Amino acid sequence: MEKLRQTPSQTVGPFFAYSLTAEQYGYDYNSLINGLLINHDTEGERIYITGRIYDGKGQTIPDALIELWQADANGQYRSLPIHQKNDGFTGLGRLGTGTDVQDRFLFTTIKPGSIGDGQAPHINIILFMRGSLHRLYTRLYFSDESATNSQDELFNTIPEERRNTLIAQRKQNAGRIEYHFDIYMQGEKETVFLMYITNDVIS
Amino acid sequence: MENSQLIEVEPINFNVQPPHLYSEYKSTILRSPTKPLIPVKEQLKDLSLPAFGDSAIGKWDHDLTKNARKNGEPIGERIKVSGKVMDEYGRPLRNVLVEIWQANAAGRYIHKAEIHDAPLDPNFLGAGRMLTDREGRYSFYTIKPGAYPWGNHFNAWRPNHIHFSVIGHQIGHRLVTQMYFPGDPLFEFDPIFQSVPKHARELLIAKFRMDWTEPEFALAYEFNIVLNGKCQTPFE
Ligand SMILES: [Fe+2]
Repeated sequence: MEKLRQTPSQTVGPFFAYSLTAEQYGYDYNSLINGLLINHDTEGERIYITGRIYDGKGQTIPDALIELWQADANGQYRSLPIHQKNDGFTGLGRLGTGTDVQDRFLFTTIKPGSIGDGQAPHINIILFMRGSLHRLYTRLYFSDESATNSQDELFNTIPEERRNTLIAQRKQNAGRIEYHFDIYMQGEKETVFLMYITNDVIS
Repeated sequence: MENSQLIEVEPINFNVQPPHLYSEYKSTILRSPTKPLIPVKEQLKDLSLPAFGDSAIGKWDHDLTKNARKNGEPIGERIKVSGKVMDEYGRPLRNVLVEIWQANAAGRYIHKAEIHDAPLDPNFLGAGRMLTDREGRYSFYTIKPGAYPWGNHFNAWRPNHIHFSVIGHQIGHRLVTQMYFPGDPLFEFDPIFQSVPKHARELLIAKFRMDWTEPEFALAYEFNIVLNGKCQTPFE
């Protein structure tokens, strides 16, 4: 089969909000994906995922777009189609960092279960921003899962001194459970970014 | 595949992606990773993204000339932008969420942080979305966006473009890109367009399709999108 060339990636730019996160930013257009990955009936431990994104000078980034993709409390990803916004447990979240005075994101979800052997509970993250020509993948692991984290296949392929950048810190705040996950684009604490290899035959 | 039968007449360079750091595009300097990315090899089931149902999409979401009308039609040149979303083997990817956003005909975004001194259009938002059909096709009606200035360097202008966000079937299929129009004189001055390797820039330029034009209504452009990796939809 003749192979086609991929479409090159380009930056999301500074002006995505009225399309991709319209409701969050107050534009007159509805959103399919937002900061709520669950609904009232979703089983599991309610948690909040919050953090900031820092550039190479330590400034917080106010125009990034962050997407989350996670399994449910039983380690199952959603396979049924999403028919509307907040259609039960979607496991899919999306927020911009431009509506909080401190440039934070705040997702409402449940703690995912392990998706299988050799997999610690985790949340996949996709990041976009002005000044980034690609989507950037990373992964959030949980600070209260250190035993399972150390068994995780991917976690173990990461140089030891950088593993910390993928661990969200569990905190109690006003009776709710928050995981704090700051992302550093550069510098000493530069977050580990990932590259997905599909199982294509490389000829 | 039998290697002896593979005679490459004209080798294709598959390296189409821009680098992370492209210093002519100044914002990349402080916002691009400096350390190598870590490869992930996983079971495909772990990479699947959910599909969207048709009911998730509004009736006019695909028609930007209609979806934000207040007191009339938006100003500008009405166009149709259509194409196919495929995997690298040319197989159509159906049920893919395609979201777009763009400036209006005057080169002005409705975004609140936009400061370019060009008029807003009360009848144009500039956002749309749809799902690809069984053949992987999508088709939007919109207004041809104008060029606009930006602060990257003195007298910097972006070529006319439409932003695309594409959610395929797997996490590795996630793409955000920009579609350009043929023959734009700003190409050679735009570091975002120039960040793509020279041989691959044509992949971001829509083709003018006279044969898809709707007489007395709208000119037509074709923009096909090829996502990373194979189509793995199990039920096809
Ligand atoms: Fe733009």
